[in-house]
Amino acid sequence: MFKLKEVLNRSLLTPFNIIAGIIILIGLIITALRFSGGLAAVTNLSDYNPWGLWIGFDLLCGVALAAGGYVTSAAVYIFGIKKYHSAVRPAILTGFLGYSLVVLALSYDVGRPWRLPYPFVVQAGTTSVLFEVGACVLLYLVVLFIEFTPAASEWLGLKRARNLVVRLTMVLTILGVILSTLHQSSLGALFLIAPSKLHPLWYSQYIPVFFFISSIIAGLSMVIFEGSLTHRYFAEKMDETHLREKEDVVFGFGKAASFVLAAYFAVKVFGITMDDNWHYLSTGYGAWFLVEMLGFVALPCLLYSLGVRERNIKLIKWTAAWTVLGIVVNRFNVCLVAFNWHLPSSERYFPSWMEIGLSLFIVTVGVAAFKFIVTYMPILYEHPGYKTPHP
Amino acid sequence: MSVSRRGFLAWMGAAGLTALSARAGATPRHFEGYPQSLCVLHDITLCIGCRSCEAGCNKVNELPAPAVPFTDLTVLDKKRRTNAKAYTVVNKFTPPQEGKPIYVKNQCNHCLEPACASACFVRAFTKNKDGSVTYDASVCVGCRYCMIACPFEIPTYEYNEPLTPRIMKCTLCHPRIAKGLLPGCVEACPTEALSFGKREDMIKLARERINKYPGRYVDHIYGEHEMGGTNWLYLSGVPFRNLGMREDLGVTPAPDLTSGALATVPMVAALWPALLTGIYAISKRKEKLSTGDSQTAVAKAVAEANTKAQAALTAAVDKAKREKEEAVQKAVKMALEQSAKKTQAQ
Repeated sequence: MFKLKEVLNRSLLTPFNIIAGIIILIGLIITALRFSGGLAAVTNLSDYNPWGLWIGFDLLCGVALAAGGYVTSAAVYIFGIKKYHSAVRPAILTGFLGYSLVVLALSYDVGRPWRLPYPFVVQAGTTSVLFEVGACVLLYLVVLFIEFTPAASEWLGLKRARNLVVRLTMVLTILGVILSTLHQSSLGALFLIAPSKLHPLWYSQYIPVFFFISSIIAGLSMVIFEGSLTHRYFAEKMDETHLREKEDVVFGFGKAASFVLAAYFAVKVFGITMDDNWHYLSTGYGAWFLVEMLGFVALPCLLYSLGVRERNIKLIKWTAAWTVLGIVVNRFNVCLVAFNWHLPSSERYFPSWMEIGLSLFIVTVGVAAFKFIVTYMPILYEHPGYKTPHP
Repeated sequence: MSVSRRGFLAWMGAAGLTALSARAGATPRHFEGYPQSLCVLHDITLCIGCRSCEAGCNKVNELPAPAVPFTDLTVLDKKRRTNAKAYTVVNKFTPPQEGKPIYVKNQCNHCLEPACASACFVRAFTKNKDGSVTYDASVCVGCRYCMIACPFEIPTYEYNEPLTPRIMKCTLCHPRIAKGLLPGCVEACPTEALSFGKREDMIKLARERINKYPGRYVDHIYGEHEMGGTNWLYLSGVPFRNLGMREDLGVTPAPDLTSGALATVPMVAALWPALLTGIYAISKRKEKLSTGDSQTAVAKAVAEANTKAQAALTAAVDKAKREKEEAVQKAVKMALEQSAKKTQAQ
């Protein structure tokens, strides 16, 4: 349980708290500027570049990197790989925090954030891919919240609520996979309407498939990457089961990531072939495309398989971090680098320091919330009072 | 095809009622615009770059006064685009082969099937029967997806408004044409660079001009088919690509670009539960089988252990019995021997 006294007695001036405090302070100042001066006061957005870092990073990367929730719960509850069970709760927590932060970031980016429910309560624009994204993200946020409640209920001692939700595990998992399939792919489908603006090497009929498959890669890699971080900083919170299963998770997910990366490489090649875009490879954009494909898809695919073969945990962990970076590179390419490629450089977009500052602020809020929750709630260990397996 | 019909079809699709209706969004049928819808024909060869249309637009739409007056033609030296304070701008181009500059007016083209309306998740845009595409700020969330979607890069945003930003764009003077008036720009044009009328009449007029003066025009009515067609048409003496107008947009209306992806939504929603439950059932059965196997193995081991223990027990009992018998026999023998010794001694 949360002990106020204990918290007050501890020194608040830890390095983490100081850095996080500064970033949050800057974030609050940017918040004030955004809601007093409009987007022009804090961003480099323009009429040519309506979407910037807050969409490219906070929304597109945020949603992709929060995919660990549906990937892990599907592996454990649908595919029945019980030995990854201890990875479910941290993944669900990351997913829930990730999606909450996406909504938080969107409330800075859209003009009138209090109208975000309008498509569902006032007037529905069902011909829009964004409508589908919005609906699925909203529903999935609810699903993730419910999936997260057992941990909170155990912490708060709400036995009945906890047991009720645990019985819903299967339904929630299936719902989560459906909603994730739909909105992860739809984030890519958003760009289907702009073939004249997105570079042909990134524009494809298959872009929804690319986004969905790469979200699986992102989910698997994030679970490994985040697991190595939590093990480093919260090892004392982990129970024996968690510590014992940790290696299984790293090897199992690394192997899966290697396979999915190979499949992803193949579908990307098919995409280029279908539209016969090979000749673009000799251009500057082509070189950058090759960097993405070889450096951030083929290379991690190879390194993951090598790591699994040699039972090299360290290699797999570094590969996971590299793959996460690769997902960010891909989303940036689609949304920022290859988008508006036809415009002269004077009309192109580069984020302002305040846009970067606010994105850092959002990430910091997420890390602080994660830290608080794993410190007080049974995320990395089984609550001793509950014998039945938890979701 | 009206947006509302598309909306209805998408709802049908979203509800998973029938895949067929969702697919209907991508039928080869081509929507040729509302009959009698109105249109502007911009004859670029007649434009003198006086910016009167900009002034007229600014006045009738009550837009803020510009930093430099509309009579100042030096602004034409730099390429401009529509912005939150200007629904229309005139740009000057000097293609290398041409000696004199060419002026082109730029504003919303009022697509027959608008990308902005198709992309809006709150239906803030309406394709009206008069041909205009209008915007309703009272529902707009300010996501700016319309600006991403528009192939002509027309919608603009009030980036300076902190809480009530609107999308700003030409309305084809929808309120004025309802009253029988001309759009502000058309009314202000001192030459005949802008003609206003029914779309089919404007297409006829454009064709007539091309046929009458084949040397004066390129044989292309821009907007007749671009992005499925628009309610704003252009005639030019030089290829449009030399005037900053894209000729690679294709003839597919914007809604058709996303209808396929949207059509798969009900499929995923309908098929995934069955697929996932199937995988779950297989993994569950596997688990059951393997626990069954291990149970048999345990039973077998227990049985074996039991038999062994039984055998050991029996052996032990036998041994004990034998030992006991031997002891008895030994005792009897000893007693007999003793009694024999006694008898001998007596």
